[in-house]
Amino acid sequence: MKKRWFILIAVVLLVAVVLAACGKSSYKCEDPYGCVNVAPGQPIKIGAALVLSGPNESLGVDSLGGVEIAVDDFTAANKDWLAKGKHSIQVVKEDSQCSAEGGQTAAQKLAADKSIVGVIGTNCSSAGEPASKILSDAHIPMISPSNTAPSLTAPKTHAECYLRTAHNDKVQGKAVAEFAYKVLGARTMATIHDGSPYAEQLQQVACDVFTQLGGKCVAQEAINVGDTDMRPVLTKIAATHPDVLYYPIFIQEGALITQQAKEVPGLEKTVLMGSDGMISPDFIKAAGKAAEGMYLSGPAAVNNEEFNKKYEAKYGQEPPSAFHLHAYDATMMLLDAIKKVAVVDKDGTIHIPRKALCQALFSTKNFKGLTGTLTCNQYGDCADPKININKIINGKYVPVWPKK
Amino acid sequence: MSEKIKYFLERLSWVDIMVWLFGLAILVIAVIGVIGSIHNAYYTKEQWMDFVVFGISQGGVYALIALGYTLVYGILFMINFAHGDIFMAGAFTGYFLAAKLNQYGIYNSHPIISLLLIMLLAMVTSVVVALITERVAYRPLRKAPRLVPLITAIGASFTIEYTFRGLYGSGVEAYPDMKIFVGKTSVFGLRILKVHLLVIILSILLMAGLYAYVQYTKAGKAMRAVAEDKDVASLMGVDVDRVIVNTFILGAALAGIAGVLYALIFKQVHFFMGFIPGIKAFTAAVVGGIGNVPGAMLGGFILGIFEALGPGLILEGLGIPASYQLKDVIAFTLLVLVLIFRPTGLMGERLSEEKV
Repeated sequence: MKKRWFILIAVVLLVAVVLAACGKSSYKCEDPYGCVNVAPGQPIKIGAALVLSGPNESLGVDSLGGVEIAVDDFTAANKDWLAKGKHSIQVVKEDSQCSAEGGQTAAQKLAADKSIVGVIGTNCSSAGEPASKILSDAHIPMISPSNTAPSLTAPKTHAECYLRTAHNDKVQGKAVAEFAYKVLGARTMATIHDGSPYAEQLQQVACDVFTQLGGKCVAQEAINVGDTDMRPVLTKIAATHPDVLYYPIFIQEGALITQQAKEVPGLEKTVLMGSDGMISPDFIKAAGKAAEGMYLSGPAAVNNEEFNKKYEAKYGQEPPSAFHLHAYDATMMLLDAIKKVAVVDKDGTIHIPRKALCQALFSTKNFKGLTGTLTCNQYGDCADPKININKIINGKYVPVWPKK
Repeated sequence: MSEKIKYFLERLSWVDIMVWLFGLAILVIAVIGVIGSIHNAYYTKEQWMDFVVFGISQGGVYALIALGYTLVYGILFMINFAHGDIFMAGAFTGYFLAAKLNQYGIYNSHPIISLLLIMLLAMVTSVVVALITERVAYRPLRKAPRLVPLITAIGASFTIEYTFRGLYGSGVEAYPDMKIFVGKTSVFGLRILKVHLLVIILSILLMAGLYAYVQYTKAGKAMRAVAEDKDVASLMGVDVDRVIVNTFILGAALAGIAGVLYALIFKQVHFFMGFIPGIKAFTAAVVGGIGNVPGAMLGGFILGIFEALGPGLILEGLGIPASYQLKDVIAFTLLVLVLIFRPTGLMGERLSEEKV
């Protein structure tokens, strides 16, 4: 008998709870992709899928700083909005590495967490390709601070809710080719890529533009990530005597090529060029003196005094790479869009409709960021792309082109 | 004789024939590639010689690591997959001494002494890591089925990698340039980087030393005895545990030196650096015939030369663009071919039949 009473009481209680819940919430989620409901006292969670280990760690550390400082700034500026439901903003970090596998794992972990509202990441385009698809399938918007491969925002291959604040490499490749042809006076160029979408597409754009300008791409070679002996491939390239050797790859292999190029006969006069994947003190450390005089293209918006001060105060070092401001802007864009579409309930619960959030991001217009004025196109390119060519002088990246 | 052939034909299966045809097809493609490349005449003679020199020096490092695989396999019949990381442990630790010596200027004022010190430190580190691995991961499993130590070896490999990541961080460090080894020199009309020359000479000396040790000393004799039959050897008064420990010490010391040589050629060290050389050296050991000391040396050099020459000589002749990306394909195709035509490796033991 006792048992029946117990069940009856349980049912009554359950009904009461359900009724109470209905009574309390005035919000009904009508978004086709559903809503994220953040109960009072709970944090609003955004993911950060960045390179947090391995040889390219500095890229991730750099971006993560941008994300965390943006969160601090946003929290400080929106105290009242957050205070209603005692919310805070939490950054969930995942290591996306600099590979397709890493990007896939990080994205799947983040997609499995239904309370994640949006994701900042990834650093490498190779990780961005699978991650953008997985997160878009889970209706989680993803904004990358440093994916630059053109295919990620190409009309046919872009993911539904993927955006980026980094430049598209169509811009960077063009800048590299123009610098090589017009400023260095180069007429022949050789390239090396590592099979990653970033490197492969970037060197292709550079080669195409260089050819249009009237130069000639004499060799387009490739190596593997993890290769150490670059002398054979450099020997092959040396046979073509290029004026410029352009290898837009990453720190470890880039440093090996830089060092070994000096030792291969036939490349003594060749000018070495790389790109933003190698802008890091780790590259200078790994390549040593051989890096002196090398040219590297990268985003123009790197130094912002106010931001650098905050960064140094928080982490005790200068931002180690080139995309911290892009990460800051990406995070601000995401948080602003969240605030725009979010509905705050009477009890302080925040409801964030997913499709509306994605649409809000794509309709970003004239967003004043630290990297410039951002306007997103329908494929997700939001950057205000300005490219600098830096020269390594005394172990420092010094911008040399375009001249101010 | 005819009976032998008859017996051979009876045992021949379709699978064997298919596999041989597959191997032959690869060989034919390779020959077409070589002819194509020679016809192209893209490279000069000096460049071909450069490739060979690159290959020999890379091969020397492979061979030194491969010896560690082969020694342990010869005695325990297990593949010590943590060996690549033992190599990393030496190279990475040596870096810190190199950086300190460089800071005080000793690195370039007394290069030979510094090099010896760095090698000593690398050897000691590698040996310590190897001994701990042997004691913790392998010795308790001496009587377990052969698959079990293989799995623990993989576990040990990860443990070592991430321990060193915790100790030294996950960044890339670079050995400073040693001035006396910068630049080229010429030997028998071959232009060769001084670093390569050093690596080739040292690796050959070390291998000769190891061979002499195994063949002509009492300890070497004990080693060979344990390799042949552990139980009988122990009945003859050989302390099997000690011989095994000796073997690990030898292999690890060679790996430590190989680590420093590798770092002299490629400069960069990081916690994951042992993985690929480890796999390649294992391939070299199998190509040469695992368990066989001269085989590992031969395998290392052959693999190194094939890797350096293969893309230019074979793949380009076939018109494959960006051929250097496929360097590893050459290495592992070589492995497949050796396994098809000589399953016990180039100098593999022909003992199996006699043993049976």
